[in-house]
Amino acid sequence: MAHTDAATVRKQIVVDAPIEHAFAVFTGRFGDFKPPEHNMLGAPVAETVFEPKVGGHIIDRAADGSECRWARILAFDPPDRVVFSWDISPRWTIETDQAQTSEVEVRFYAESATRTRVELEHRHLDRHGPGWQAITGGVDGPEGWPLYLDRYAALMKEGR
Amino acid sequence: MDTNRDADRWEALADGTRRAIVACLADGPQAVGQLAAGLPVSRSAVSQHLKILKDAGLVEDLAAGTRRIYRLNPAALAALRDQIDTYWQRALAGYTEAAEAPTEEA
Repeated sequence: MAHTDAATVRKQIVVDAPIEHAFAVFTGRFGDFKPPEHNMLGAPVAETVFEPKVGGHIIDRAADGSECRWARILAFDPPDRVVFSWDISPRWTIETDQAQTSEVEVRFYAESATRTRVELEHRHLDRHGPGWQAITGGVDGPEGWPLYLDRYAALMKEGR
Repeated sequence: MDTNRDADRWEALADGTRRAIVACLADGPQAVGQLAAGLPVSRSAVSQHLKILKDAGLVEDLAAGTRRIYRLNPAALAALRDQIDTYWQRALAGYTEAAEAPTEEA
């Protein structure tokens, strides 16, 4: 069984940009390109801050000043690599138990002076407790399987 | 995964005993006897419920010697993985645009 693969998402792209710029855009403008509907604030995100140091956070800030720290920066090695935790549960709420968080590693490779390959690995997804907390905790509630299956069905309908 | 399958899951989880079985299995794979020992229902009732959960794709069984061990299907993990996959797909598409946009300082 490809258990390891099931718990890891890998993506790779090549951008026409020097490695320093590719790294700077990924970390400095993260809020500009991440899918906007994925945030846990009850209000539109005014800005996303990617703190450029180990021990920092990725923080979504709403216009009303409320904020959501949903990632911890675990490695910050410009322009080669950045690693951050994914402190978001399968139900898109903040996961406070670090044992149940996954992590994202992004590596940058200079293919030429003006081209950079970006490899992203989101791993240890199984640490999120495969979503089973939703069942033992509140399977009947709106935050349990209803939401989960709705989201799942919506994803399927997008016809990936 | 089709809608029928989702509907089956719903129905499978609509029963309190079956939710209790799922909760037990969340702690780790178990045989029918172990499950029955921890629940206020008979062994054959547990078997019936397990069959429904299995048909709905929520649990799977594996042979362990002469016993069958039941465990939760990693379907939830697969669903999470799909969410994350879609997330990064879209994020990286946006990233490519941002990284390749002409810069003022360049």
